[in-house]
Amino acid sequence: MSGIRLENVFKAYGDATVVRDLSLTIPQGEFFTLLGPSGSGKTTTLSIIAGFTMADRGRVFINGRDATRAEPRERGLGMVFQNYAIFPHLNVFENVAFPLTVKKVPKVEIAKRVADALEMVKLTGFERRYARQLSGGQQQRVALARAIVAHPPIVLMDEPLGALDKNLRYHMQMEIKEISTRLGMTVVYVTHDQEEALTMSDRIAIMNGGVIAQMGPPREVYERPQSAFVAKFLGEADLIRVERQSGCLVGPGSLPVRAGEDNGSLQKGQLFLRPEKVTLCDPGTGEAGCTLRGKVHQVAFLGNVIRFEVELEDGTIILSDVANAAGIKNFPVGAAVDVTWLPEHARLLED
Amino acid sequence: MPLGPLAKWLLLAPAVALLLVLFLTPVGWFISASLMELGSWQDIWDEVAAVMGTGVIVRSIINTNGISLAVTLLTLVIGYPVAYAMTRARGLTFTLILVCVVLPYFTSTIVRTYAWMVILGRNGIINQLLLGMGLVDEPLQLMYNRLGVLIGMTYVLLPYMVLTLFATMKSVDGRLLQAAAGMGARPMTIFTRVFFPLTFHGVMAGSLIVYILAMGFFITPALMGGPDDLMMAMLIEREVELSHNWPVAAIMTIILLVITLSLYAVYTRFSDSSEERLA
Repeated sequence: MSGIRLENVFKAYGDATVVRDLSLTIPQGEFFTLLGPSGSGKTTTLSIIAGFTMADRGRVFINGRDATRAEPRERGLGMVFQNYAIFPHLNVFENVAFPLTVKKVPKVEIAKRVADALEMVKLTGFERRYARQLSGGQQQRVALARAIVAHPPIVLMDEPLGALDKNLRYHMQMEIKEISTRLGMTVVYVTHDQEEALTMSDRIAIMNGGVIAQMGPPREVYERPQSAFVAKFLGEADLIRVERQSGCLVGPGSLPVRAGEDNGSLQKGQLFLRPEKVTLCDPGTGEAGCTLRGKVHQVAFLGNVIRFEVELEDGTIILSDVANAAGIKNFPVGAAVDVTWLPEHARLLED
Repeated sequence: MPLGPLAKWLLLAPAVALLLVLFLTPVGWFISASLMELGSWQDIWDEVAAVMGTGVIVRSIINTNGISLAVTLLTLVIGYPVAYAMTRARGLTFTLILVCVVLPYFTSTIVRTYAWMVILGRNGIINQLLLGMGLVDEPLQLMYNRLGVLIGMTYVLLPYMVLTLFATMKSVDGRLLQAAAGMGARPMTIFTRVFFPLTFHGVMAGSLIVYILAMGFFITPALMGGPDDLMMAMLIEREVELSHNWPVAAIMTIILLVITLSLYAVYTRFSDSSEERLA
């Protein structure tokens, strides 16, 4: 089997458990993202895969081989570091050539492969420059070229775009994604930026406190979170406190609400909705079972979206993102409104 | 806040004044007064030619540079691993190494040199040990020769090398070494291709400091050397104290200064360009 497999990996520093019995399988060719807040264990997990950190327990398989105790250099991985780790005493060519020169690849071959890698990251002509003569984006490209020059089947990336400004970031996301698809690489990508994770990944593992809170394709984890943590971490989330009374869920104002995939096992919990799935309408016009009452608390103009903050009767604030399209209805601050949604967009989460 | 030109000069003034009063004035005075004894420029020039033609002086110039070079290389070879160990060590180990390196520094050179004489002498600790174990039949000549000078001077100058190297090594980004390991480099390759090049300007700086200090050494070679280990500083002292030949002492002082300053000039050029590369 190619790809990566972790089995019950555990790592603690003194009393602090950083990774708690983590198991996951990343098949060949997948773009896999470890997403989580700082201290969630994502970087440590990557470091264990890379071999810079040894797990206390558990096993690491790389391309089907047990690599738990292997040195980093024996693992044959490409890596892009958070700070790029470009050697300041070597120029761009020598930096990109480094993984090949240490493997004693013939000079002619090196020249060809470095040229190919630099062309792929659009840095042809920069061979003789040093890191300090490059912009942040160019340094990032050097780091990327160096990670792929030896054609490793697996490339690890530790917050590679963290230092770039927003526009460049988006641009580089697209480029990394394109290169990884073209070369058929398995990528393990670490980030704390949920937008980046959603844009680039085939699959995301959201980590919290050393465990995987949820794992799945971007759309699934975004639309069907299994916990309030995942719901909130992946973007704006509306969470409404609900209780079961004689078999039916009841929300603020004693109004009945329904949730998709509700099997009736939870007695109380939080009803989850994404703001873009929530619409506003005039009072009394919302459909029973997926409507709550409130009044507009604030209106924010975000350009392509208008964000309404609606205060429910119990004080809960609900966000409703409405696309700024032709003919949208405007609700002024203070107006009474019905907040409504489609039942299949609502999910019941444990507290 | 960037300083104006006036503020810069004001801040520089005390240092310049100190250098002027304590170094440039006495040295300048000594040299000019000494040379004036000779009379005309022609006489001075003739004396310079005579000095440069004197076997013992030329030999002392060669000796001085040879010993300085050897001591520089020895401190480098011994100091580099010690400095590296210091960057790796934590807590008590670090403190211990630091104390071992720096403590001798607080003792006067004379005391340290005599201490070495106790160890290296004919009836010294080392010879007693070797004789006792039957490794040698008669005491080894460890002192009053070039070997003694090298041991003594290397010991005295080692802290300068270690501390300079330590400062440089401490500033090497450990993530670069980790990155190199991740890219398939073996420990030896990481050292030769990454770590050593990144500490090279420290090697140059430490070597320069040690070399320049070694050039002016006087007590240690006088006490631990033999008749063939005459260094320039010793000769200058002899000219002044025994022969009262101030002009010759002045000319030799100039030679010593010129060598030192040219070394420094070469180093500054070199370090400027290398720092620009690393900035």
